[in-house]
Amino acid sequence: MRIALFLTCLGDALHPEVGRATVTLLERLGHEVVFPTDQTCCGQMHVNTGYQREALPLVRHHVETFEPYDVIVAPSGSCVGCVRHQHAMVARGANDDRLAERAETVASRTYELSELLVDVLGVEDVGAYYPHRVTYHPTCHSLRMLRVADKPLRLLRNVRGMTLLELPESDQCCGFGGTFALKNADTSTAMLADKMRNVLSTGAEVATAGDASCLMHIGGGLSRLRSGTRTVHLAEILASTS
Amino acid sequence: MTTFLGIPAPRGVGHLRGEHSFPDAARGALADSQLRRNLGHATRTIRGKRANVVGELDDWEQLRLAGSALKAATMARLDEHLERLEREVTARGGTVHWARDANEANAIVTRLVQETGASEVVKVKSMATQEIGLNEALEAAGIEAHETDLAELIVQLGGDLPSHILVPAIHRNRAEIREIFLREMPGVDPELTAEPRRLAMAARAHLRERFLRAKVAISGANFAVADTGTLLVVESEGNGRMCLTLPETLITVMGIEKIVPTWQDLEVFLQLLPRSSTGERMNPYTSAWTGVTPGDGPQAFHLVLLDNGRTAVLGDELGRSALHCIKCSACLNVCPVYERTGGHAYGSVYPGPIGAVLSPQLTGVEDNASLPYASSLCGACFDACPVRIDIPSLLVRLRAQHVDEQRKRRVPSAEAIAMAAASWVMSSPRRFAAAEKASRAGRLLGRRTGRIRTLPPPLSAWTASRDVPRPPAETFREWWARERGGAG
Ligand code: SF4
Repeated sequence: MRIALFLTCLGDALHPEVGRATVTLLERLGHEVVFPTDQTCCGQMHVNTGYQREALPLVRHHVETFEPYDVIVAPSGSCVGCVRHQHAMVARGANDDRLAERAETVASRTYELSELLVDVLGVEDVGAYYPHRVTYHPTCHSLRMLRVADKPLRLLRNVRGMTLLELPESDQCCGFGGTFALKNADTSTAMLADKMRNVLSTGAEVATAGDASCLMHIGGGLSRLRSGTRTVHLAEILASTS
Repeated sequence: MTTFLGIPAPRGVGHLRGEHSFPDAARGALADSQLRRNLGHATRTIRGKRANVVGELDDWEQLRLAGSALKAATMARLDEHLERLEREVTARGGTVHWARDANEANAIVTRLVQETGASEVVKVKSMATQEIGLNEALEAAGIEAHETDLAELIVQLGGDLPSHILVPAIHRNRAEIREIFLREMPGVDPELTAEPRRLAMAARAHLRERFLRAKVAISGANFAVADTGTLLVVESEGNGRMCLTLPETLITVMGIEKIVPTWQDLEVFLQLLPRSSTGERMNPYTSAWTGVTPGDGPQAFHLVLLDNGRTAVLGDELGRSALHCIKCSACLNVCPVYERTGGHAYGSVYPGPIGAVLSPQLTGVEDNASLPYASSLCGACFDACPVRIDIPSLLVRLRAQHVDEQRKRRVPSAEAIAMAAASWVMSSPRRFAAAEKASRAGRLLGRRTGRIRTLPPPLSAWTASRDVPRPPAETFREWWARERGGAG
């Protein structure tokens, strides 16, 4: 299958390893990956902070960039959530019904990584090997906006060499929330503290999730604590082999 | 298109606006470890109970859909249902009063009490009367109001404000309650312990005397059935029932959105409400009354129908779903922000996720501008809400309304400038790639540790508690161009 990779702005600029892992993984499974180089950002930060007017050109640009592709994947639950639930809304808010329809088409072809693997490609065992103690945080947008349910866990359970440790209160938000982390920094930090306590209580070496932004938040906190537990994106684990 | 309907709740009266912005008001709560512990314990317990009883019903999702559909249909013809209610209440010997806002409602109730000659009233927990600041208005007229709901009583005696819709004293633990009782309850047993049973007994002795003395009671209502003019209160302790039956005069203050057309609608809501709120299959007391019955119960009944910003909310096609709320408090109990900050940080009688969307709509968004941002948009509230109010979408929408209001200012904020700049950069792949290259200057930071530990404001809010990853030596698109030879 020919799959277009939407890496997200954060992935491109700060976490290229997540993009490289996604490419490695999908190619190993026998698919062709293309990277539409015009891509930038889905506009989630703008929409969620209230800047819908500023989000509009980003939505238009995203739609134009990805319209030619039949299957699009993003290793980010929240950006797929934005594409799926907010792009058409932003277009409608600007009275651009044509753009809204086009956005809906693109959205219907856009999948979060675990959705693509399990629902579209029909694989749960990607042949990965990752000999570490790992705990999984189901990010809010994957969990509640996309309803990926246990798909990431099904993938992780088939990773050889790995010990999967259950995260207590896993469905609780880590406190990132985009600009929430800045506007309500104290509350965000309190939420992060509880998430880190739960992660550390598992004794995991690695905390993983399907969203680089939540991992940047949790990982930033763990690093500040010098905790010795690091964060690794789900794609990187699934891409690892012996 | 939205049609202009109604006016926002007036300033300077009632409890819909806080003095401080949410982040400022939250700071104290976040630093109060006792409060954090009380809240964490209480919300966790009730979350678990709710999850259990909700899990028992295999048609829970259908019930939620039914609840949501009934609310939407009722709101669409609210005017007709309200007129029907007025006719039926009147036909059964009650009197209906319409109050445009808090000032009018307070004046009506004060006059009604004064006409009975009473100088004190008993009250059963009512959000609407807290919203309009009725107790303060009565006090100004020389009338003492006694709260009779146990948690309300604790709050009132403690000189405090409620911090939760259903458990207004959730921020207090037993030891604190004991102290409040010892200090404020005349004639209380000095040997009082913090055992829940002993505390309840003390409150009971205190309240009984007031019930028997009271000539006037003031209540809220959970529902009003338009078909028969019946009012309902749902509660756990039975103190409400005492208020509703013993006094001679009963005055009910109710927000106009509390109406349901028929008794059959209650079938849905009386299943949704107790399971969502207290995590019980059925609440212990459901009291219903219709007009007056000669020789039985209050002989005078007044119903005050309160607008106070509600028709303004109703006029907004999308925002109006906030009025579907049945005040179950499930969204508070699952909200990670509420759990850390408690209810006072929201500055309104309606705290938590629903408060963050309802209060700014009732007052106009500029009067509660920090509330829509008091959420990480995690979505737990939507999943918990028994009538499926899409609170996260409403939050995003209110943020956009606030931003649009701000656009009218002559000097844009630093945030607005940054957002516009980011939009300009990111709507062009060429500009975006250039910005990525520029951000690589960030690699100069954190050279030794691979982590960035301090950034200038406003990003210092991030680095106060979190490190930042050092920008990589090569962005993905550069890697792709190098490896795969694409343009980039
Ligand atoms: S918004 Fe929904 S969950 Fe929250 S109090 Fe209202 S009905 Fe309950």
